[in-house]
Amino acid sequence: MNDINPVISCKSVWKLFGGNAEKYLASMKKGQSFEQIRQAGYIAAVRDVSLDIARGEMLVIMGLSGSGKSTLVRCLSRLIDITGGEVKVDGQDIMDLNERELIDLRRKKMGMVFQSFGLLPHRTVLENVAFPLEMRGQDRHDRRERAMEVIKLVGLEGREEYFPRELSGGQQQRVGIARSLAIEPDIWFLDEPFSALDPLIRREMQDEFLRLQEILGKTIVFITHDFDEALRLADRIAIMKDGAVEQCDTPDKIVLNPATEYVAKFTEEIEKSRVIHAEVLTKPINGYKLEGASISADATILQLSRQLIGDNRDILPVTNKDGVLIGGMNRQEALNVLLGEN
Amino acid sequence: MAIVETRLTGKIGSLTRLQITQFLFGLAIIFAIIKPLLPEFLVRIPVEMILPYDIWLQTLFDFIKDDLGLLTVTRGISSVLEWFLDITANLLYGKRRWPNIGPVPWVAIAVVAAVIGFWLKGWKMALLAGGTFVWVALIGQWKLAMQTMSVIAVAAPMAFLIGLLLGICAWKYPRFQRAIMPVLSILQTLPFFTYLLPAVIFFKVGPTAGCIATIIYAIPPMVLMTTLGLKKVSHEVVEAGHMSGSTRWQMLRYVYLPAARTEILVGVNQVIMLCLAMVVLTAFIGMPGLGAKLLSLMNSLKLGRSFEIGITIVLIAVTLDRLSKAWVVKQPEHFERGTSWFVRHKLLIIGIIAFIVSIILAQFVQVADHITRKQDLSMGKDIDNVIRAILANDIITGVTDWLRWFLITWVLIPFRNALLWLPTGSVILAMAAFGYFVGGRKSALLVVIFFGVIALTGWWDRSMITLYAVISAVILATLIGIPLGIAAARNPKWSEPILLVCDTAQTFPSFIYLIPAIMLFSVNDVAVVFAILIFATVPLMRYTIEGIRAVPSELLEAADMAGATRNQKLLKVQLPLALPTMAVGFNQAIMFAFFMVIIAAFIGTQDLGQELQKTLAGNNLGKNFVLGMCVSLMALAFNHIIMRWSNDRRKALGVG
Ligand SMILES: Nc1ncnc2c1ncn2[C@@H]1O[C@H](COP(=O)(O)OP(=O)(O)OP(=O)(O)O)[C@@H](O)[C@H]1O
Ligand SMILES: [Mg+2]
Repeated sequence: MNDINPVISCKSVWKLFGGNAEKYLASMKKGQSFEQIRQAGYIAAVRDVSLDIARGEMLVIMGLSGSGKSTLVRCLSRLIDITGGEVKVDGQDIMDLNERELIDLRRKKMGMVFQSFGLLPHRTVLENVAFPLEMRGQDRHDRRERAMEVIKLVGLEGREEYFPRELSGGQQQRVGIARSLAIEPDIWFLDEPFSALDPLIRREMQDEFLRLQEILGKTIVFITHDFDEALRLADRIAIMKDGAVEQCDTPDKIVLNPATEYVAKFTEEIEKSRVIHAEVLTKPINGYKLEGASISADATILQLSRQLIGDNRDILPVTNKDGVLIGGMNRQEALNVLLGEN
Repeated sequence: MAIVETRLTGKIGSLTRLQITQFLFGLAIIFAIIKPLLPEFLVRIPVEMILPYDIWLQTLFDFIKDDLGLLTVTRGISSVLEWFLDITANLLYGKRRWPNIGPVPWVAIAVVAAVIGFWLKGWKMALLAGGTFVWVALIGQWKLAMQTMSVIAVAAPMAFLIGLLLGICAWKYPRFQRAIMPVLSILQTLPFFTYLLPAVIFFKVGPTAGCIATIIYAIPPMVLMTTLGLKKVSHEVVEAGHMSGSTRWQMLRYVYLPAARTEILVGVNQVIMLCLAMVVLTAFIGMPGLGAKLLSLMNSLKLGRSFEIGITIVLIAVTLDRLSKAWVVKQPEHFERGTSWFVRHKLLIIGIIAFIVSIILAQFVQVADHITRKQDLSMGKDIDNVIRAILANDIITGVTDWLRWFLITWVLIPFRNALLWLPTGSVILAMAAFGYFVGGRKSALLVVIFFGVIALTGWWDRSMITLYAVISAVILATLIGIPLGIAAARNPKWSEPILLVCDTAQTFPSFIYLIPAIMLFSVNDVAVVFAILIFATVPLMRYTIEGIRAVPSELLEAADMAGATRNQKLLKVQLPLALPTMAVGFNQAIMFAFFMVIIAAFIGTQDLGQELQKTLAGNNLGKNFVLGMCVSLMALAFNHIIMRWSNDRRKALGVG
């Protein structure tokens, strides 16, 4: 996934809340823990985070409440100024942008859905959705047209003249989603965008974003507390704790090889067979001859369970999408994953 | 030196706050007892030591006025204002100025008011708004009322705009806010005479000066509300604005200001009410209108007509207040998609049509155009007779005469003489003790400085007379207002209507309160105290009720379960928790009292108010300012102490 030119690249980004944070950070010793920083009177909302996000990637950020997910995303969009480090978007350090350039960047490239929606209370649904278009100076007719399109897409047809206070939480959230859809930005920041939606609409929305990502190659940074959602969407998952990214990897690797104890605990409850794909367990066979029916590389172990139990070969051949043999999977290893023994 | 200092502070540190308070208070009493032995400067600041602030200020003003050429600037401003005022004056009461199309017939204005009332809150509001104007026309006070309204129509939008701009600046630049806040709090306590004189000197006499004074008087709350509202805009809304790529101007115009709508409209309500209150008072500098008429009627003791004008002013106040408050809570309503323009703007169209129809009607029916003297329904003479008959009733005269006698001989005069007798040093020490008890060293120091400055101005005795009127009235108001408030709060059936009455009474321009005072006690100290008393009882009652009712119901249930009787519950639970809120009411009562005592000057008191009023005749701006500052400093000292106490108490109780 690691493109040579990442869309967003951040290097040891810090965000401390508290007076004179920059001065403190500059004089701070390396390797201070979250607690130590707190004793000094600062909250380390983002702690030494380095991430590269490739074009067309969907990065999901997870972590407990207060672990700094929203703050990290705000650093990436420069809604807040970082205390230390560097954030580059398309190779441009966004801390160097002046006001005009920043506005331009946001108008042309970025969109965001906010955790608590951030709807303008005095505007109708339609006006809220059309707001970013209005800021860009699009003419009235065009922006109404476009706004109506996305309102339909999120299923709020017929409510376009309502005010936010007249909508339920889930409906308000969909207005927020529609507002960011209206401009189809290249880079999308979604802060728990579906938290208030019912399962049906949630699934529809997930599909919509997957579609956009696939067809239009959008880059998406997605925050969620829901592991299932993360699995459906994520190319990679970043797990945060106390402001630091503990591990950032594909779902399989996170589950299979947790980098820290915290990540292990975080993923403990998850049924691994649902996450792990055959491909991950596949090893090269070095000319070894394999017999019989092959299995598909992007099937999860759970999906293969019937086959695993029924089969009696030790090594199963694995083929990729195009039907080319890529190696073999040890059946016992796969069964261990399925039974949760590891 | 350093060692001595640490030792001293160490010693102070080891004394409790109560001990220091007792020490300061004891010292104050000792000073009073050994008055004959005290050095002169502790009794009264000797004349040689009095600083000629007034002359310094006068020189400063003259310098600004003449040498810096401020006068040309202000005259420029006044010609612009005059232009606006001429327009409203022409439209509302037909002053012969450009655009020479007025006056608008009263029916048209009443009808439009009714439509606006309906739009904001339905039939009842329509009735109130329309009815007020009908009353004003029928009672024969149309022209007076329109003279007053024509100034408000210019002053309120101006004050709104200036307040809004200053508020935005204060929100944007913290440094500007820090600079402007103390100025605003001084402005809010300065007696209104201090607004009037500079207005007269820098701007021409008449409507322009009145308008300027009114604008300045109405600005502070607008600034405060704007800043408050802008600060309260939720940060995700702000961030949504940023992420949409808004420029600074777009942020302000499309995000901040609309999102702060509620607070800004509350500011508008306050601006309108303060404009009305002040515009009535500009009668003192010869502004024609309701205030001037009321002043002259009260001077000649024409109680019936005063009463009618009082009703007019009250009705206008209530209407303006209710209309603007309805605007605050009115939320935009949505129409279904595809609703036609005509349906969406139904009321606007109805309003315009009604306006045009009434104008046409007025061309043919004279009564609809204006009400002549013979046609009006004023019954001033009859009311006069009725009032006199009621007041001549033996029981009432008996009671008022006795009250007057009792209060004057046994309460007011002794108290006043005592205050005047007390050495300056003793009063300042007592105030310091008070300040120390509440807010520690800083508060004590502040109070000492404030009162020290007053002593140095040489207006100590007059200040004490002012203080005496304020304190006696507020004590009486407390004795009446708090028990009434408590009684009302305990019975929900009563508290609602009483709160409504208080709310309404607070919108009346202060001038109104003089009418019953003069009716009952004619012109003397008792009338002054009485006027302040009713004016100050209102906030006391209101905050008492609100404080008691705000006590969380779980606490009351807990007390019930602990087996507390009604009285125990009141004394042990409700009152202690309500006390901080009640203190806010007490503070407001004192501020109102300082305001009222100055107005009452025209009844003929001997306090600062009277001196202030005298300065209006000449153009002694320096002295005017010094006197104004004396009042302001006293008010600020009380304000500081009480609010400090209330906030500390709140924190200690863990509420707010
Ligand atoms: N403006 C601020 N000032 C001070 N501290 C802040 C501020 N914003 C966030 N924090 C702190 O930073 C930490 C991270 O907050 P953040 O909102 O990023 O958490 P989160 O991971 O998004 O949590 P949640 O899942 O509840 O949304 C928290 O401890 C929070 O208290
Ligand atoms: Mg968050």
